[in-house]
Amino acid sequence: MTAVATSIRVHLVPPVQYVLRIADTCLIHAQRLVEWCGHGPVLEEDIALTNMALDLVGQARALLSHAGRLEGQGFDEDQLAFLRDERQVFNLTLVEQPLRRSSAHAPGGDFADTVLRNFLLATWLKGLWTRMAASSEADLAAIAGKAVKEARYHQQHAGDWVVRLGDGTDESAARLRAALERAWPYTHEMFKRDAVDTVAEAAGLGPARDALQADWLREVAAVFGEAGLEVPAETPFMSTGTQGRHSEHMGFILAEMQSLQRQFPGGRW
Amino acid sequence: MTIATTAPSRIDAAWTALDAVPDPEVPVLSVRDLGIVREVLEHGDGPIEVVLTPTYSGCPATEVIAESVREAVVAAGLGPVKVTQRLAPAWTTDWISPEGRAKLLAYGIAPPSGSAAVAGDRKVRIRPPGVACPRCGSADTERLSAFGSTACKALHRCLACREPFEYFKPI
Repeated sequence: MTAVATSIRVHLVPPVQYVLRIADTCLIHAQRLVEWCGHGPVLEEDIALTNMALDLVGQARALLSHAGRLEGQGFDEDQLAFLRDERQVFNLTLVEQPLRRSSAHAPGGDFADTVLRNFLLATWLKGLWTRMAASSEADLAAIAGKAVKEARYHQQHAGDWVVRLGDGTDESAARLRAALERAWPYTHEMFKRDAVDTVAEAAGLGPARDALQADWLREVAAVFGEAGLEVPAETPFMSTGTQGRHSEHMGFILAEMQSLQRQFPGGRW
Repeated sequence: MTIATTAPSRIDAAWTALDAVPDPEVPVLSVRDLGIVREVLEHGDGPIEVVLTPTYSGCPATEVIAESVREAVVAAGLGPVKVTQRLAPAWTTDWISPEGRAKLLAYGIAPPSGSAAVAGDRKVRIRPPGVACPRCGSADTERLSAFGSTACKALHRCLACREPFEYFKPI
């Protein structure tokens, strides 16, 4: 029998958690996108979703490596990605929600959910990277300066699709509206400032989440206008993935993502 | 750098060696054409240092390129080599050399149009502005797919000669 890798415990100080939140959001979003690999509704979108996932994995890798340097126990990107337990993973809850239904009875949405989530996320990330490009930490500024170009292209592509579906047939518009109803309550967490944000902002690492809201809403509303979608009202629901408290879907996605490294510790391609 | 010698300096020889290192995903381009070699440095009698910048955050060719660069410098007899990665300033397609752009075109890939550095945001729309067909030169083209066979390309089609072609996306 092979050994099973034991979980690592990250020393949580605010700058480390701040970077992990962004890294984990990119990583888990990418993991959901690649579930479409080989299943896209058309070949072009199959390629688009996996290409976007590739960019997001690249961004996550750079940030995880940086978080490892900040954290100080010498963890590398692979250990941080594959050996943390759920409570030490800090992505936005939105990105762990199932996207593609693997069967009729499986949880998840449809292609409209995917298009919409991509758009909401890429718009959020673009705002984040734009501000982080002026980070007081040279490494973060460099990662962000590169990532912002990628996020911009993702936002354009996903935004094109939001318009295409929203301004398409009655069926596509209805599906997009349903997807928006499902996604919207989770967007609250994207702009919820907490102590970690405040420390990061004061140190000049990057923006606090609430600073991203005005631009995000303006850009989202502009595309929604073209798509014939209304911006929903705010809801009181507040998800807590960025605190390490996740939805029921998180354990499954981590199990799938981590199982190989857990069973074959240090395994490499 | 400016010391006059009859033999080429190690740095010049390293640059020449890098001319022969292809991008594994667009092999018609060398890593120099692509503009990803930012600097070649000499540390006394120590290793030659080659500074590379990645094209995309998740470009899967990054590791292969670093390895090929290492091999090429060693094969040129220039001694030990150290490859370092530099993220900032971020790579832009504006750094593809004029020779590189000509090679792309001859290979059937439309080079990036305009200047990426000033392109920035555009209004969301389904069809980007026309890209000239690398085969017949017509600007009457359309985009088939925003993403292509590698992170750096999109797929287009010429409406004049009907040929599909790849487009190197400006970033």
